[in-house]
Amino acid sequence: MQILVTGILLSGTYALIALGLTLQYGVARIMNIANGETLVAGCFIAFWLYVSFTINPILGLFVIAPLAFVLNWLIYEVALRPLVRRAKNRGQLEVDSILATFGLMFLLQGLMLLAFGGEYVNYQFLAERFMLFGSAYGLNRVVAFCAAVVIAGALYFFLYHTRQGTAVRAVAADPASANLVAIDVAKTSAMAFALGGALTACGGALLSTFYTFNAAMGIAFTMKALIIVIMGGVGDVRGAVLAALMLGVAETAVASLIDPGLTIAATYALFILVLLVRPQGLFGRRTT
Amino acid sequence: MSPLPFNLTQEELRAGAVGAALVIVAALLPVFDQAYYLALGVNIMLYAALCTAWTLFSGPTHYISLASAAFFGLGTYSVGLGIDHLPFPLLVLIGAGCGAVLAGIVGVATLRLSGVYFVIFTLGLAELVRQLVSWGQSKITTRMGLYVFTDFTEKHIFWMLLALTVLVFITGWLINRSRLGFAMQVIGNDETVARHVGIDTARAKIILFMISGAFIGIAGAICAPRYAYIQPNSAFNPTISFLVVIMALLGGTKRLWGPLVGVIPFTILMDFVTAKFPNHTSIVMGIAFLAIVYFIPNGVTGLIEQARTKLRSRMGAPAVKPGEVQP
Repeated sequence: MQILVTGILLSGTYALIALGLTLQYGVARIMNIANGETLVAGCFIAFWLYVSFTINPILGLFVIAPLAFVLNWLIYEVALRPLVRRAKNRGQLEVDSILATFGLMFLLQGLMLLAFGGEYVNYQFLAERFMLFGSAYGLNRVVAFCAAVVIAGALYFFLYHTRQGTAVRAVAADPASANLVAIDVAKTSAMAFALGGALTACGGALLSTFYTFNAAMGIAFTMKALIIVIMGGVGDVRGAVLAALMLGVAETAVASLIDPGLTIAATYALFILVLLVRPQGLFGRRTT
Repeated sequence: MSPLPFNLTQEELRAGAVGAALVIVAALLPVFDQAYYLALGVNIMLYAALCTAWTLFSGPTHYISLASAAFFGLGTYSVGLGIDHLPFPLLVLIGAGCGAVLAGIVGVATLRLSGVYFVIFTLGLAELVRQLVSWGQSKITTRMGLYVFTDFTEKHIFWMLLALTVLVFITGWLINRSRLGFAMQVIGNDETVARHVGIDTARAKIILFMISGAFIGIAGAICAPRYAYIQPNSAFNPTISFLVVIMALLGGTKRLWGPLVGVIPFTILMDFVTAKFPNHTSIVMGIAFLAIVYFIPNGVTGLIEQARTKLRSRMGAPAVKPGEVQP
């Protein structure tokens, strides 16, 4: 039971990171390997705001999210739009965007290493006991989970109950057809990419309240987010949330029952299972 | 493409002669220097072998493999675990076998699906194998590292890596002449067409990936005596995978010798950067990736070929100058 609750609390943050990536890959068609670096940047900005200005990380989200949105918009317009224009087909865009975002990943990682150093960082925020079903959990984890639920809920409302959100889903389904019904695909893609970056940065800010982070850990989270996105089905919000839950619980179970050093192995076990059984994602339909 | 691919003996002979001459020149390096330049030479040779082996698979398929560090580490560990019990050449073969088996598993799991799954799977593979190896080691033995004591010195490792590079080149040339190579050419041009003419695309890709993985495993095994003390963190260093991708793409993957053009300058550059600016290596790698994608998508050899065709069309007649053919 304790494993289940810890896993679910952890998966809230995972879900946000993966939702960010699924928007970037599913809608803007950019497989963003530098997603983990956005997350780490979110961690460090939240830390900096808290330590230097004593701004509560939850309030800090209101600074971090718009900032990440603007920065990711710029990254898309400057670095990735030329690749989208150049690509003759989806396969080429995939290869190009993977390589370009590898470059971004190393560049951002290197810049953050210079700025913050390679040490592990953490800070005390709401480090109190919180009783849930008779066991104690860190209050910061519970708060981070609740914030993640609120943000994911807002995203769901945006995607399924607003005009803009519907346009985003249309581009995810088929960019060519979306163009035919007068949706500005280029603008919507850029917006989805920026929104994805903002979600990931929020995930990072929440993660930093209970997790020890450093400048080089981005790639591990990119990996987890990628696996969640594939498990859930590319561009599928519900699938990503469910896959994040599964991954969070599986990781916590392996870490506490077998060995904390085997979390990647747990992730991969799930990944292989999905690839062999349902490569189209949990809720996906098999394409003909 | 030439209409008569098997009628190239003249050109191939010349390429072979130039190649043999280069190998002899390279093999003499340890005679002249035993210190800095030999160490640099070992690095260049190592990446020449790794990048060419990588290109065997990733060149024709366009699949970006980031599994090199995993194969390399398995090779290193084969030697580390067995050096007290078995002869070195046998361990090198075991390293090759481990690389091939891992490549086969990865291939079966992902190569039937689209390329993205493959990239993602290989991205974390080195880390996965590292975790499993450290875990296994902590269960069986109490120490984290392995000692490898051999009589090999830097120059022996250099010669072994040179031999391996030659072997990779010969294998690549043989593959290009075989049914498998022809199948890969069709797959590389259009996979749907390949499937329609009856090529088992997944099988061809898996076999090629296994060959590539085996060679990278051998490279890891050869380098094991160089480390003397082997730890999971150094054997499965993910940077190896990324450097291999950068160097191979920088050189260009259309030709077998393409990666060499990237390996030599980039190894020297990385050597300089790690010595003078150790905190800036990630930034240099990031810039290299971006530069490749935006400015030289077909590698330096692609640029050369582009310039050649432009020159040729301007001259009107196809004129191949003697010194132009390289191995």
